[in-house]
Amino acid sequence: MSSEVVRRPRPKGAGAAPFRSLMWRFPWLRPLLLLAPPMAWFVFVYLASLVLLLISAFWSIDPFTTQVVQVWNTNNFQTILSDPTYRTIIGRTAGLAGLVTITDVVLAFPLAFFMAKVASRRVQSLLFAAVLLPLWASYLARVYAWILILNHSGVLNWSLQSIGLPSANIGYTNTAMWLVFSYIWLPFMIIPTYAALERVPDSLLEAAADLGARRWRSTLDVLLPLALPGVVAGSIFTFSLTLGDYITPILVGGAGSQFIGNVVYNNVGIANNIPFAAALATVPVVIMAVYLLVAQRLGAFEAL
Amino acid sequence: MGSTASGPGSWARWGCFAAAATIALTACGSSNTPSGSTLTQPPTAKTAPQTSIGAGEGQLNLVLWDGYADKSWVDPFTAATGCKVNQHPAGSSDEMVSLMKDGGGGNWDMVSASGDADLRLIYSGDVKPMNTALIPDWTNFQPLFQAPSFNTINGVHYGISLQWGPNTLLYSTKKFVNPPTSWSVIYDPANKGLVTVPDNPIQIADAALYLSKTKPSLGIKDPYELTKPQFDAAVALLKAQQPLIKKYWALATDEISLFQNGDVTVGAAWPYQTIQLKLAGAAVNDTIPTEGATGWADTWMLATKATHPNCAYLWTKWVSTPKVQAMQALSFGETPVNTKACAEMEALQAGSCAQYHADAPGSYFDTIKFWKTPIAQCADGTNTCIPYADWVSAWTTIKG
Repeated sequence: MSSEVVRRPRPKGAGAAPFRSLMWRFPWLRPLLLLAPPMAWFVFVYLASLVLLLISAFWSIDPFTTQVVQVWNTNNFQTILSDPTYRTIIGRTAGLAGLVTITDVVLAFPLAFFMAKVASRRVQSLLFAAVLLPLWASYLARVYAWILILNHSGVLNWSLQSIGLPSANIGYTNTAMWLVFSYIWLPFMIIPTYAALERVPDSLLEAAADLGARRWRSTLDVLLPLALPGVVAGSIFTFSLTLGDYITPILVGGAGSQFIGNVVYNNVGIANNIPFAAALATVPVVIMAVYLLVAQRLGAFEAL
Repeated sequence: MGSTASGPGSWARWGCFAAAATIALTACGSSNTPSGSTLTQPPTAKTAPQTSIGAGEGQLNLVLWDGYADKSWVDPFTAATGCKVNQHPAGSSDEMVSLMKDGGGGNWDMVSASGDADLRLIYSGDVKPMNTALIPDWTNFQPLFQAPSFNTINGVHYGISLQWGPNTLLYSTKKFVNPPTSWSVIYDPANKGLVTVPDNPIQIADAALYLSKTKPSLGIKDPYELTKPQFDAAVALLKAQQPLIKKYWALATDEISLFQNGDVTVGAAWPYQTIQLKLAGAAVNDTIPTEGATGWADTWMLATKATHPNCAYLWTKWVSTPKVQAMQALSFGETPVNTKACAEMEALQAGSCAQYHADAPGSYFDTIKFWKTPIAQCADGTNTCIPYADWVSAWTTIKG
């Protein structure tokens, strides 16, 4: 390129002429360059680790040396499917994740509705701050707070006794885990539900009322279907976060409170049985894949 | 010993058992049997240890359990030797092993490893032989701790034993007016919902130890070497225990708060918890039941790439002296390996020598089964024993 060309005044992209002409000649080059770094990340870091996980799940360890033996077999999956302990643990994990999600939907919907449709601007921002406030504190601190509430001589039993009720023995049980999970993940349900509800035009509700629909009828037939994608989006958070957790079961769970994550952790950290941990780790991946498929059908991704 | 109050994830330390098995194979012999000639040689076996201690290098970098280098015995050491002690408390044996990778990488000089980490460190060549002749107090050690199989292989010492302790039965004195004398209380349905035991696959050994006394027909001789029927019996006992458990504790502090809050009244513990609870005014006590107990033992080991070896030897010499042994024992709640420490313990706290069994005769150690890696090879040479990987998966099914 001659110097004359370079000196020619150009409002934008000075000096990029060869590059630009290249772009013009190969129109696919621009998106390729733009997408190459994230795609490389996605393929090499994100997908490759999943593939490695899947591959090592089909290996096993030598019981004598605990060394990984790279011989293909499905023993790990057979153990998971045949041993009732693992079925119980998978059932407990998925069951509690579902229960926590339902609890959070029930708790979040009225609050999100109030925030989106009823509250004044001022109250709305106050509520927003209140919902997000727990997220400022560490996850661990919030779980420990619940231990202090639920243990034998904790706040709960102290309160019950002071009003003459028998003490509740729910510290270190699955009930405690349900309470703590529902509390911890609640903001992740409220926010998407609120966003979805706010997008529902008031005029639709007014139109329903004009046509003679009562409050519950318009909520059921107008508001709920329109807000559903938001609720499902929130449920992806509450469900997947509960499904993958292993700290709360350690801290507030009792005997018989293991989650999939705990068994994975023990197999990697204690037993050095990485193939089995990998095999078990594919279970939540499968559960989430099914869950996301259903969520997608319900239009959750349009609400995200 | 193990991780203390501040150690996150102390249960991870058990991981070392498995890895030790990986590399040690035949090396994890019984702690009671002398090192045989069939053991695999560790990578650093031929490294000749230094024969004299030169002038200190001015620095010493230690990986240790929290509380193992207290100001009260570090300050006099620094004053006497000029070695400034830099500490890195580890939360678990796993953390210790990973910090010591590549011979300490020139960053760390010594590690206060527990029996479960020792063989892993030795067989990965991260620690090197030490010269016991440079530690005058070594000859005063309990004979068992001069050359225990967890730190001495083929007669080569890969460290100097430090302190040990039993896994005790901790109970509330309010609930148990008559002190329990048997581990049976933690398997008794009468205590449903009031029991806590460590969240730890090695707990199977505690059950096996109990069965070795209560069901002699099983023929359990060593709780870490279990045949299939013996192992199944121990697992069945623990599965029956599961409904009685309030919580499987992971950290020493977990158990302390469980007892403090009245969530449990009896459990398996370390003397550390008893001391902390008593300091906090809780009505508890501990005992070694008639069936005996399992136990831990710690060793100071020298990193292969230690950059301050003279300070390291000076330190080991210092912590092996009766006085420092006694101080550490009382501050942490464990037992010195130096038999001469008894008088010093008495001077610091009357009655403590007997309380911690620091004056115990050799026969006492028959009641303590020190931790070692369960491996497939039994003492008789057959591969019929249950290896540690199976202990871990069984532990998962026990906890449910």
